Amino acid sequence: MSAAASNGGRGRRGNRPSRTIRAYGEPMLWLTGGGLATALLMIVGLLALVVYQGTGTFWPTAVVKYELETGNSVMGEVARQERFQPAASVFEALPEDQRGRALSSVASQGGYSLRRMLRTGNFELTGEHFKWVSDFEIKAETLPDWALVFERRRQGRFYGEPLAFLVGGSAVAETPEDVWKKIRDTEGEVRARWKERRGLETDDIGAVNLRLEEARLRQHGAEVAYGLGSPQAAIAAAAFAEVESVATAEFDGIRARIQALDEQNASFQILVRTAAGQSIKLALADIVRVYPANRLGLAGKVAVYLSRWAEFVSDEPREANSEGGVFPAIFGTVVMTLLMSLLVTPFGVLAALYLREYARGGVVVSTVRIAINNLAGVPSIVFGVFGLGFFCYIIGANVDQLFYASKLPTPTFGTGGILWAALTLALLTLPVVIVATEEALAAVPGSMREGSYACGASKWQTIRRIVLPRAMPGIMTGMILAIARGAGEVAPLMLVGAVKLAPNLPLDSTAPYFHAERSFMHLGFHIYDLGFQSQNSEAAKPMVFTTTLLLIAIIATLNLTAVWLRGRLRRRFMTSQF
Amino acid sequence: MATAHANMLSNGRGMMSDAATGKTSADAAVPASRSAADSLAAAARGERVATETHLALAAEEAAVEIDDFCLWYGASQALYDVSMVIPRGKVTALIGPSGCGKSTLLRSVNRLNDLVEGVRISGDMKLSGASIYDSSIDVIELRKRMGMVFQKPNPFPMSIYENVVYPLRIDGERDRRVLDEVCERSLRGAALWDEAKDRLTTSALGLSGGQQQRLCIARAIAADPEVLLMDEPCSALDPIATGRIEDLIEELKGEYTILIVTHNMQQASRTSDFTAFMYLGSLIEYGGTYEMFSRPHLKATEAYVSGRFG
Repeated sequence: MSAAASNGGRGRRGNRPSRTIRAYGEPMLWLTGGGLATALLMIVGLLALVVYQGTGTFWPTAVVKYELETGNSVMGEVARQERFQPAASVFEALPEDQRGRALSSVASQGGYSLRRMLRTGNFELTGEHFKWVSDFEIKAETLPDWALVFERRRQGRFYGEPLAFLVGGSAVAETPEDVWKKIRDTEGEVRARWKERRGLETDDIGAVNLRLEEARLRQHGAEVAYGLGSPQAAIAAAAFAEVESVATAEFDGIRARIQALDEQNASFQILVRTAAGQSIKLALADIVRVYPANRLGLAGKVAVYLSRWAEFVSDEPREANSEGGVFPAIFGTVVMTLLMSLLVTPFGVLAALYLREYARGGVVVSTVRIAINNLAGVPSIVFGVFGLGFFCYIIGANVDQLFYASKLPTPTFGTGGILWAALTLALLTLPVVIVATEEALAAVPGSMREGSYACGASKWQTIRRIVLPRAMPGIMTGMILAIARGAGEVAPLMLVGAVKLAPNLPLDSTAPYFHAERSFMHLGFHIYDLGFQSQNSEAAKPMVFTTTLLLIAIIATLNLTAVWLRGRLRRRFMTSQF
Repeated sequence: MATAHANMLSNGRGMMSDAATGKTSADAAVPASRSAADSLAAAARGERVATETHLALAAEEAAVEIDDFCLWYGASQALYDVSMVIPRGKVTALIGPSGCGKSTLLRSVNRLNDLVEGVRISGDMKLSGASIYDSSIDVIELRKRMGMVFQKPNPFPMSIYENVVYPLRIDGERDRRVLDEVCERSLRGAALWDEAKDRLTTSALGLSGGQQQRLCIARAIAADPEVLLMDEPCSALDPIATGRIEDLIEELKGEYTILIVTHNMQQASRTSDFTAFMYLGSLIEYGGTYEMFSRPHLKATEAYVSGRFG
């Protein structure tokens, strides 16, 4: 094509007019196509990285045992490996007899060596979760047949080979097969007891606490309203004392039940031998998941993989968020985003309606429009600061003064919460909605408005019955953009309500069901927290990708829902224009 | 704008020679006869042009009276002292070259021009004797007494049924029986019932262009208006659809007072009882359609209707 073009420019064969590359517009084709390709490449690359890293996190890998030249043994899962150039100091640290061999091994590879990061777990014994193991340190590598991976509620993973299953301190199974069978048989009932215990701990104790707190607030309120020592305050104090005594009795009852459950569970233990040869007793109640990594077939691996995903999306986090699930964060993200959409859409649509339908064009309207567009360029952290200052400290503090005076000085609405976060993000995304809605309104043909006016409709009737329905798909587009922008925003949320850990969901079964004042967890903030605030950063890193994948999936789901809704609306209004 | 004026002016001069050479018997019979060049050139200069109104109109009962109506879009004047009487129950056609103010005049009758920014008017219009432009008039109530059909079919993005009953819906009518009855009556009136009765709940945008225009007519007559305003209702339609609309106008005549703007001379002569010829914002001649097309009083009118200019 380009050869023909350059020939045509000089040769002028036959009657063909001279052609240049410019006449074909080919450079522009390449330029525009190249732009698109680059953009696609970056997006696809980013997504591919997130998907690759995120989906692999939960896949169970083999447990490898290395016997080291030093005589020690380590066991665990290989997290990653890399080639590196060992410094001279590394060799100097080795004993005399190994140094020569290590040096020659490295020299044969051109000064490089392979090292792998081994997830060794057993934090309470070694004080570390991961350990680098270099090629030249290894004497032998084995895949122990019965190496078990324990995922525990505390202190991370544990790797070891089973020795015995203990009930009440005495062994009831001694071979690995029997121990494994016993674990499978008992873990169900132990887990059920643990769940019951957790239910008692959170729900039941929480309910009693709530009643106690309410009684305390009534007493405090009476003291504030009528003064200390007033008869009303005395009555309230007596009522509180009564509630307190009942509550204390209930607490004792619940604690007794918890203790009974704990004792029942405590009798089940597993005796495990670590790679270093230590024998450790693990309580079965502390274990979330256990599997013999090297004996799993494909089906077994898939089962572990799926069960980890299920835990991830449905459970609460543990181990400073680096293990367990992110359900509160998913819930917080979705509730906050939906709340934000509910707040921003009516606001934005009303504002756009005034600007486009009612306001007379002029300098003021143009200025307002430019200001709105500029608002979209304000850094989001500024919105966060504004939200904290205005919503939390001014509005929230006043709400507290008026309605929650008895709880003061503990703030109720006077601090970050899901309502303030949603309002802050609504402000942040307002320009998007206004601009999209204005464009949608402008695209409604004037002939339709005239037709409506000619029928004797008022301005508002025309807007409500003709203009708004017709502009609805465009308004939905604005909402989709707002959702995409709002759901992925983190910086302002850190100031107005997103927290590291908030086990109390903003929507639950205790009255008034929706707790607008509660702080919440957010996937975006969770990613930041995992990636930069985690103590066990190596274990948290894969979780960063998994959480990112989940956040992208949630935003995509929200968007696709809105796109589907918009498509339905479009079909209704755009069937065919003759 | 200035060049447009100049072109029109030269057109007018072209006809002046025409008028000078051939004096017709019709011209001789009418005492107020003027040459074509006089009125058109005067209109082009922006002077007031006296309308040549035929005597036939004096006998008609007025549905709409227009008195010395002027209209400005910002600084430029679009209508110059238009005075005319729209006879009740008859079809009146507005003809004239593009930009002569036909549509502006039509849209002034139901005050649709109020929506355009910077519009000023002087003079008055009366609907059945009551002023249209009086400050005490409720524009919305006024528009409910008129139906309007536009150049391009503009059905609303809703079902056929809802389109037809729209004027009643905005009045708050909820009675299903009334709505059903109006829907059927209007669709029958617009000759669309047989085609649409089985698909009343489907989107109006799925109809063909001709059907959409008839739907708009059904919508315009749904509220039983006194006057039906039609702004080139057939210009976006094919000849067959145009024929159906013209038949429909024939049927609606008598029941409604119809004011129709058209570019099509044949259409004006076929469908209307009276014809008004406008030029550059002035009403030049106004009379019975047969008279206007066969024995117009003014040379300018004759030139226009016979296709010699415009």
